[in-house]
Amino acid sequence: MSEERSGANILVESLVRQGVEFVFGYPGGAVLPIYDALFQDERIRHILVRHEAGAAHAAEGYARSTGKPGVVLVTSGPGATNAMTGVADAFLDSIPLVVITGQVPTALIGSDAFQEADTIGMSRHCTKHNYLVRDPAELAATIDEAFQIATTGRPGPVLIDIPKDVQIASALWHEGAPQRRNRYSPKTEAPAADIALAVEMLAKAERPVFYTGGGVINSGPRASELLRELQDKIGAPVTSTLMGLGAFPADSKDWLGMLGMHGTFEANMAMNEADLILCVGARFDDRVTGRLDAFAPNSQKIHIDIDRSSINKTVEVDLPLVGDCAQVLEQILTLWNGRNGQDLSAWHAKVDEWRARNSLAYPRNTQGIAPQYAVQRLFEMTRDRDPIISTEVGQHQMWAAQHFHFFAPNRWLTSGGLGTMGYGLPAAIGAQCGAPDKLVIDIAGDASIQMNIQEMGTATQYRLPVKVFILNNEWMGMVRQWQELTYESRYSNSYSDSLPDFVKLAEAYGWKGIRIEDESQLDAGIQAMIDHDGPVIVDCLVAKDTNCFPMIPSGAAHTEMLLHGDEVVGTVSDEAKALV
Amino acid sequence: MKIHKAAEERHVLTVTVDNEAGILARIAGMFTARGYNIDSLTVADITENHSVSRITIVTHGPQSVVDQVRYQLERLVPVHKVVDLTENGPYVERELALIKVAGTGEKRVEALRVAEIFRARPVDTTTESFVFELTGAPDKIDSFVALMRDLGLVEVGRTGIVGMIRGATEA
Repeated sequence: MSEERSGANILVESLVRQGVEFVFGYPGGAVLPIYDALFQDERIRHILVRHEAGAAHAAEGYARSTGKPGVVLVTSGPGATNAMTGVADAFLDSIPLVVITGQVPTALIGSDAFQEADTIGMSRHCTKHNYLVRDPAELAATIDEAFQIATTGRPGPVLIDIPKDVQIASALWHEGAPQRRNRYSPKTEAPAADIALAVEMLAKAERPVFYTGGGVINSGPRASELLRELQDKIGAPVTSTLMGLGAFPADSKDWLGMLGMHGTFEANMAMNEADLILCVGARFDDRVTGRLDAFAPNSQKIHIDIDRSSINKTVEVDLPLVGDCAQVLEQILTLWNGRNGQDLSAWHAKVDEWRARNSLAYPRNTQGIAPQYAVQRLFEMTRDRDPIISTEVGQHQMWAAQHFHFFAPNRWLTSGGLGTMGYGLPAAIGAQCGAPDKLVIDIAGDASIQMNIQEMGTATQYRLPVKVFILNNEWMGMVRQWQELTYESRYSNSYSDSLPDFVKLAEAYGWKGIRIEDESQLDAGIQAMIDHDGPVIVDCLVAKDTNCFPMIPSGAAHTEMLLHGDEVVGTVSDEAKALV
Repeated sequence: MKIHKAAEERHVLTVTVDNEAGILARIAGMFTARGYNIDSLTVADITENHSVSRITIVTHGPQSVVDQVRYQLERLVPVHKVVDLTENGPYVERELALIKVAGTGEKRVEALRVAEIFRARPVDTTTESFVFELTGAPDKIDSFVALMRDLGLVEVGRTGIVGMIRGATEA
């Protein structure tokens, strides 16, 4: 059956056909026809955010926690530019988004029309692919391909720019999937010969480490299961990047914790002394490797990644396995069969020695609540509820990664690659939409939370009971820490002056506000937060000048970690300063 | 602090792409965004229905960077195929140039004589000028242009190269 429909209508029908439940958006002139098509359509729930940046991050949070693509709908010009940070964020963290932007009518493109921006030009290098649709007859096939590209291969954001006249003009709408040629089919399996080589290397390894990343999460829950299965057979200790937390359970005896700049002593030392690193869905990011020429110097490296361009980008590997994490792990497992690896007891003993350094230890007797302790209590008091945790960016994010522990994928939502402050609250909102009965907590800092604080209104409107737990030290803590360690404590513009009263702010938005000023109030405060059936801000006043350790200073190697209590000089070389 | 540079080599890449709006910006922009070099770039559609274009890009950089260029190109959805001709055994590369030379008397005669040696063809002539058309590898064109500098060179237009592997098979 086919009939004439408007472009806007074709768009909405196409979204329904893709199984879209939620659209995170904000209306404006150039998307009015689409909003009219959405009016009173019960099949898609539109979540009205308060700022387009919030729409993109909410869609990311939804995608990351559900494994389904997030959908964003914003207007032209400022709508598109405001959403762009979230698009770039999704690009770096490989989050599947379909972003629909309105555009001025085709005849006005290029004329500097009202609310015109070159959205395609601006988004070209922070999207996996983008489209300007000039004909409503192309809409259905374009949207179909956009979802395929966003969700398969290495996932990422895909943007569709639709001029207003294309939304209004009509075209034939056909029932059933649109006819289009398939031009995107990434390779998902590695060659059998390479798998055989990998199995041989794994069987010979005496000091193996599994280094896992966000690719395991993106591949779907099956990849986490297979990772656990393979680890069980080989017995290698496992570390993970920030993005990969949850793929491997933190209560396993072989869990090393996160690696990299704020990773554990045992994770970084194990990487340094390993003879074989199996990298599963991670990309040797600069936050992970530290100084490149000193990174894992005596190891062979196997790299599983679905994106060929991740191979040898920064670190040369011995055996690339280009494919989907789950499929390649399955290939390895099938070939491994009943094999025995090497006896790893000496290696495990070594790891235990490093573990005994207890690198995440922190002093409790500080002025005010130790922020790590606040996260630890939050973890202990909520772990039975299997919560979803989002974060903003900074010290609190690293403390959450270190002291909150994850046992399953899709529970940890954080901005890793782009490091976007203001990510956590909208991401929590998106996650809560996808899982209305779950406990969703944004672990935040006093500076980051203000970057998208307007989204409190969104949570209120849709009765989303998200919790925001602010570790309030009245500083941009990570900036302050770097200034202390590398600029002789010249705290240039890193003090959070004129903070709002977060409790009153909560109340103003119809939320519950709780302030925790002393360790003795911590448990009760957290409990009250959990018990409240609605959104809550907890303003947890923590020790003001705590630094986040362990830390590999910029330009240093894995073996040059700073731990609590280390003497730190207040300056570094220009070479080190020039690193990000 | 000093900024270090690695040893660089020249590579010729051919990229087969969907001939769609914005494809050139997508490719060229990727080079800029990731800090890769473009020494020359040529593009034209190569199929009867104008649906596929072939782009020839000359780039330079350390081998590891050139490999990255290739993989980053392959990552783009409208890119069908990327071939590094430099890596694929012997290949031919050719460029076309138009060279305008003005002068009279001995210089004019000498310009024509040199043009004959290079097999450059005059495609426009006035009593005091020539426009030569010259096809060849880039260094041949370089030498010709260098010789013309003393003989009244006015302007040069070059297409940038196209390249193809030798032999009977497709790259």
